[in-house]
Amino acid sequence: MEHITTPKVENVKLLDRYTNRKAANGTLYLTATHLIYVDASAEVRKETWILHHHIATVEKLPLTTAGCPLLIHCKNFHVAHFVIGQERDCHEVYTSLLKLSQPVKPEDLYAFSYNPKMSKDNREIGWKLIDLKVDYQRMGIPNDYWEITDANKDYEVCNTYPPEIVVPRAANKATVIGSSRFRSRGRIPVLSYLYKENNAAICRCSQPLSGFSARCLEDEQMLQAIREANPGSPFMYVVDTRPKLNAIANRAAGKGYENEDNYDNIRFKFIGIENIHVMRNSLQKLLEVCETKSPSMSDFLTGLENSGWLRHIKAVMDAGVFLAKAVKDEKASVLVHCSDGWDRTAQVCSLASLLLDPFYRTFKGFMVLIEKEWIAMGHKFSHRCGHLDGDPKEVSPVFTQFIECVWQLMQQFPCTFEFNERFLLEIHDHVYSCQFGNFLGTCHKEREDLKIFEKTHSLWPFLLQKKQEFRNPLYRGFTAYKELQPNTLPFSFQFWCGMYNRFDKGMHPKQCVLDHLLSCMSQKMKLEDNASELENKLPFLDGPLPTEACSFPKMGSASKTPMLNTPQDYEGEPPPVLTNGTAVWDVEVMSDVDQKNKENLSKHQDLHDLKDTFGVLDSEAKDGKPQHP
Amino acid sequence: MEFAELIKTPRVDNVVLHRPFYPAVEGTLCLTGHHLILSSRRQDDAEELWLLHSNIDSTEKRFVGSLGTIIIKCKDLRIIQLDIPGMEECLNIASSIEALSTLDSVTLMYPFFYRPMFEVVEDGWRSFLPEQEFELLSSVTDEWRLSCINKEFSVCPSYPPVVIVPKSIDDEALRKVAMFRHGSRFPVLSYYHKKNGMVMMRSSQPLTGTNGRRCKEDEKLINATLRAGKRGYIIDTRSLNVAQQARAKGGGFEQEAHYPQWRRIHKSIERFNILQESLIKLVEACNDQSHNMDRWLSKLEASNWLTHIKEILTAACLAAQCIDREGASVLVHGTEGTDSTLQVTSLAQIILDPRCRTIRGFESLVVREWLQAGHPFQQRCAQSAYSNSKQKWEAPVFLLFLDCVWQILRQFPCSFEFSEHFLIMLFEHTYASQFGTFLGNNENERSKLKLQQKTMSLWSWVNRPQELSKYKNPLFEANSLVIWPSVAPQSLQLWEGVFLRWNRSSKFLDEAYEEMVTLIEYNKQLKAKVNALRRKLAELETDDRMQENL
Repeated sequence: MEHITTPKVENVKLLDRYTNRKAANGTLYLTATHLIYVDASAEVRKETWILHHHIATVEKLPLTTAGCPLLIHCKNFHVAHFVIGQERDCHEVYTSLLKLSQPVKPEDLYAFSYNPKMSKDNREIGWKLIDLKVDYQRMGIPNDYWEITDANKDYEVCNTYPPEIVVPRAANKATVIGSSRFRSRGRIPVLSYLYKENNAAICRCSQPLSGFSARCLEDEQMLQAIREANPGSPFMYVVDTRPKLNAIANRAAGKGYENEDNYDNIRFKFIGIENIHVMRNSLQKLLEVCETKSPSMSDFLTGLENSGWLRHIKAVMDAGVFLAKAVKDEKASVLVHCSDGWDRTAQVCSLASLLLDPFYRTFKGFMVLIEKEWIAMGHKFSHRCGHLDGDPKEVSPVFTQFIECVWQLMQQFPCTFEFNERFLLEIHDHVYSCQFGNFLGTCHKEREDLKIFEKTHSLWPFLLQKKQEFRNPLYRGFTAYKELQPNTLPFSFQFWCGMYNRFDKGMHPKQCVLDHLLSCMSQKMKLEDNASELENKLPFLDGPLPTEACSFPKMGSASKTPMLNTPQDYEGEPPPVLTNGTAVWDVEVMSDVDQKNKENLSKHQDLHDLKDTFGVLDSEAKDGKPQHP
Repeated sequence: MEFAELIKTPRVDNVVLHRPFYPAVEGTLCLTGHHLILSSRRQDDAEELWLLHSNIDSTEKRFVGSLGTIIIKCKDLRIIQLDIPGMEECLNIASSIEALSTLDSVTLMYPFFYRPMFEVVEDGWRSFLPEQEFELLSSVTDEWRLSCINKEFSVCPSYPPVVIVPKSIDDEALRKVAMFRHGSRFPVLSYYHKKNGMVMMRSSQPLTGTNGRRCKEDEKLINATLRAGKRGYIIDTRSLNVAQQARAKGGGFEQEAHYPQWRRIHKSIERFNILQESLIKLVEACNDQSHNMDRWLSKLEASNWLTHIKEILTAACLAAQCIDREGASVLVHGTEGTDSTLQVTSLAQIILDPRCRTIRGFESLVVREWLQAGHPFQQRCAQSAYSNSKQKWEAPVFLLFLDCVWQILRQFPCSFEFSEHFLIMLFEHTYASQFGTFLGNNENERSKLKLQQKTMSLWSWVNRPQELSKYKNPLFEANSLVIWPSVAPQSLQLWEGVFLRWNRSSKFLDEAYEEMVTLIEYNKQLKAKVNALRRKLAELETDDRMQENL
């Protein structure tokens, strides 16, 4: 709280990002965890909540006649443009937010103060909800070829791996230790996924310390052990997910990639996914496109192309598809790495698992997948998401890209996921929110040191509580689809408006099919209950029931999804000008009634600024009633 | 002329057919006057292809030794390939297809030969008469009249025999206005907004020329639609520049001085070959199998297709906004008033009028605002995206309209009675059809061709319940509101159902659709069941009570 000098500022305007509609006027509050804006000009109380941890950047723009503008960009792609009357107030809010949004000490993260009034027991049970051992059991491990070893229990092998790892039985302790010395940061090859049908495995590691000529017998034995754990295939793939040039450049630093001559029966392959810096810049460009005011179609498509974002998404997807095909069609095991094996490798391995195994497309399975491939294997969430004040060059949207790949798959295979888009967005929000312990720190060891299992809550039980709103009404069940083979031609990838323009409700479909179907689902349950209740009351009934549609009332209003709908800025920018140079909405010739209409027209009425991001005020968001003009 | 003369080889065996998403099929190829038929001899599943010659946009032939290959590109954007053994047979087939798919006489087209195999319940030719439309209008306003001035198509060749005009303007005045408008397309009623009594009219450009000609009757006509003290908006679908240039050719636009109560807004919408080239580029981009994302996005951008979509929708939204929000009447025109004008007036009605979002209402809209309004379908839809011949009249104007409707449907998925399939069906029939509906360029030509007597109407077929059910939107819940679509680039998408239809499998999307239908249908049945149970229970309770009373 010591950072908050001005907890409340009145007469603050909130500008609309796209149109010149009249700005909202209200009061801004700073709490220990949130920035809250209460719109006083709206008829219904409208609140905008921004979690401090969600703030990516705060900018003070040059003073205008209206006041001092404060522009906030959030990590969940919410953009808020405030104008504060007094320069001094603005500055105080600005400096407070700078400190609040990027704490220096881990103990200041929200998760350590978040108290959902849950018993200690329940909190502990929450952390036990996801047990990776169970997932390995599901794959049939331990078996003749693979074992779960505690070789890393004191982080001797690798301090960014979890204590328990899965390695080939044939690889003894010496092999493991030897291999770890030859792999960047000791990240040895371990099992990510075993495809039970044919014993082909996906394994992951970091780059070898091969330099120009170095080799390591234990590492070669390790790969041999992995290959031989799949007797059905005479060879295995080694996939380096970096562009070849990057990998070659690494050799000069004593790192690099596997020499095919030194390893028996491997097929080595590069898949050019760019590094974290390219991805960060790409996202930056994409967001600039998304934020452009009244862009033409051409501006937008050119910007989308120049950002390279969809090209990168496609590269990640292609790599995932390659892995899945190698395992399923070629029955070959695959070892995947990039540089450190915690960014691209995590994306690609988790995507391949998702393509191969329908379990990972369920609620539980998706949580397991994230825990396993991302959290346990040391994806540096804290650095990549910029949880703490740190090196901005470490920040990169690696996990966002994975989430987007899942969304792209949902577009192609709408019946194969148990959960819907909102589940993805919710997870994405919490990766940045620091409200739960799961994504804090950079690896298992660090989370232990931070005592997150003692001091914080796990996200997953909270998500499961909201299962009803996150489920996919079109899901055909666990057994309906096995492996997915997505189309990866460029036209199969869409711009994800629901993510990058998520808070610009005006751009989204005004009627939501998902809402409609979800209400169908809940209605269905109610009706089934009704029917069985009524049937019980009619014990003497014989003969078939009339099933013809009868004069029951139209679908209850509850099933109607609210439609947010007002015209937008169709006149374009700048407003069309007549030949004589006057603006179209020329005031002089207008009658009073026209004048009033004009105001309505130009401010386009409340397009329902559903700016509130955080679930806390979700009820507010659903407030948009159908607008009858 | 006999078709037999054009068919050099009527039948070839051992032809292999390749088409998207199906395994290759071997069979016998037959050519008839109007169809290319391939039937496999396998008895188990009589695999057959029936392709209308008129659906063929272009053909290419290739030879490897004596094996010939004909690649057939269709107007519905599908590409199929026939492998034909024997060079002579292949050449014969190719030249026959070429000749049969480019017949120059309308009366040789299939609709004149088609014998329907279904019972006609309702004659589609009589389903949407202007008189019925006027009757509906008369129930809400008496300010308009039905004029038979164009009975023999004597005043305006591209207008229907009867039109709706302001009551205060007599036929004599109309004749004068017709002289003042391009192609005699004087302003007529397009839409009446019941909510506030505002109207939308459409016409062609006024013939002001360089010296600023005026026509008092024209001014009087359009002013007749204004309420006292109110102004109206003229939406010119050309840029100001283009409109000014039109004066040199005798055309022009309404000058402020002569139309002081009107404000003119220019909203540029492209026409003719620019649109056609846009379609060709878009389809080329969609058929590109390269895995290069940048190339795809750059081609998509360069096609400008979505730019046209955005422009058309924006103009339509503006027209609707003037009427509904501004409470003003609107006149829409471009040059001829047969293309971009109709895109704007018909889309504005979709936005404003819930009736146009029903199947019946949409059909009526297509009839009123496109067929009767004189959109030259035959000229515009003679060729599609694969045609090599450069003819200047082709343009996917109607396809753009359908695409815009699809964009609105995507944004308001519960507000339309019909689904995407309905729009795709209409797209197909405008380019090649067994029905006479889209033949000819206007009512005048259609009446000369005696289409009503000699051909079947598309509506006769579509409006039968078993056919209609295919096009119903399971999510439909009647919505009486005005629907305002977003025209932001992020909100507009490529219409996959048309442009990617033959390039990627829709299996999983179709399954999702089925799943959705199942869920909704099951709910309906459950509801009916619960109601039936309730009634039954109520009856039993009444019986009990009566027995107690006895």
